[in-house]
Amino acid sequence: MLTIKRYVRAQSLDEAYTLCQKRANVVLGGMLWLKTQNRTVDTAIDLSDLGLDAIEETPDAFRIGAMVTLRQLEQHPGLDALTCGALAESVRPIVGVQFRNLATLGGSLYGRFGFSDLLTLFLVLDAAVELHHGGTVPLADYAARPYERDILTHVVVPKQPGRVAYRAQRNIATDIPVLTCAVAVRPDGVNCAIGARPMKAQLYPGDASLLAGGITPRSADAFGESIAAQVPFGSNLRAGADYRRAVCPVLVRRALLACKEEA
Amino acid sequence: MEIQLKLNGRPVRDSIDADTLLIDFVRAHGCASVKRGCETSNCGLCTVLLDGKPVLSCSVLAARADGHEVQTLEGLQAEAEAFVGFIADQGAEQCGFCNPGYVMNTIALLRENPDPTDDEIRAYLAGNLCRCSGYEGQLRGIRAFLNTRNQAKEENDRG
Repeated sequence: MLTIKRYVRAQSLDEAYTLCQKRANVVLGGMLWLKTQNRTVDTAIDLSDLGLDAIEETPDAFRIGAMVTLRQLEQHPGLDALTCGALAESVRPIVGVQFRNLATLGGSLYGRFGFSDLLTLFLVLDAAVELHHGGTVPLADYAARPYERDILTHVVVPKQPGRVAYRAQRNIATDIPVLTCAVAVRPDGVNCAIGARPMKAQLYPGDASLLAGGITPRSADAFGESIAAQVPFGSNLRAGADYRRAVCPVLVRRALLACKEEA
Repeated sequence: MEIQLKLNGRPVRDSIDADTLLIDFVRAHGCASVKRGCETSNCGLCTVLLDGKPVLSCSVLAARADGHEVQTLEGLQAEAEAFVGFIADQGAEQCGFCNPGYVMNTIALLRENPDPTDDEIRAYLAGNLCRCSGYEGQLRGIRAFLNTRNQAKEENDRG
């Protein structure tokens, strides 16, 4: 059961930052994961009044506030175009509309959950996170860091040419994924991230030379195998490591071929 | 702490604990249609509209709703009456426990997308679990409502 002793709707990022330095205090995202925990929170810090619920577009990037919901991401036409529909594809299976109206991008990325669909996708988008005190950090570096007591305020997604695709395997619809895969095919190479291993998502280079002759069913298959050979897999109640290892090249191949079809 | 919000169109002010959930708040204020189901943000039984958007009231602090507008089925009877009979005609209400959440989310769906396809209905209602019906009855009911409404509109347009 979750117990909260005090609730504060922060009026500035400095106030939120100061409050979150205490270990017993927690910054609220959508509160969905927190709600399932058995813990006592001294002060729940709500960022709802800080204007972090907007998606700004600049000539070079999208700057997404930490309190932007998964549903906002799903319905944003600019992000949909940039990600070739992969962003909507990645969040659509997450529980239901009511859940996605609450869950936030900031909460999802700060949590660096192993099962995170969004972490997997945003890694191949070369996203960066803006921290109130820590400055701008590439998401790949941030994901590898231990949890710190800073406020994630925005996520920046650069506009880049190329095609993006997302694929995930679930035991049943709307469940937490068994394996996630995102691929971005850029003029200068391929980005591939694998998540829900069940450990958190990471970028894996694979053997890029396998795609030198272009993306074909055969080269995509070989590249998928090269990725699977690099990825450490584990077991949990949803699937075993061997199953994940078998699924991985299939998802990579499908994502690569989807990028080719869209091109 | 003290909060004030608009519940089904009327202002409500109350003193709450910091961890009071919105589901407990609205039920304490007479909105018993809002059901307690899984309490792990998965089943959709506790769906309410917060500023017009469907959310899981079991996972929202009442404090977060301070200054906002909350609607439950008690406040949306007329909007629900348009289609709930069609769902009942398909036998899809069965035990009835999930129905208020279903109806609330269907209202949200039809406001956002007045003429959804079957796949769009399935996708929008994917977060509403039902242990009785197998979901096909709800889909048939909503489809029957949409077909009847669209047919009536066409006849009306033809004069």
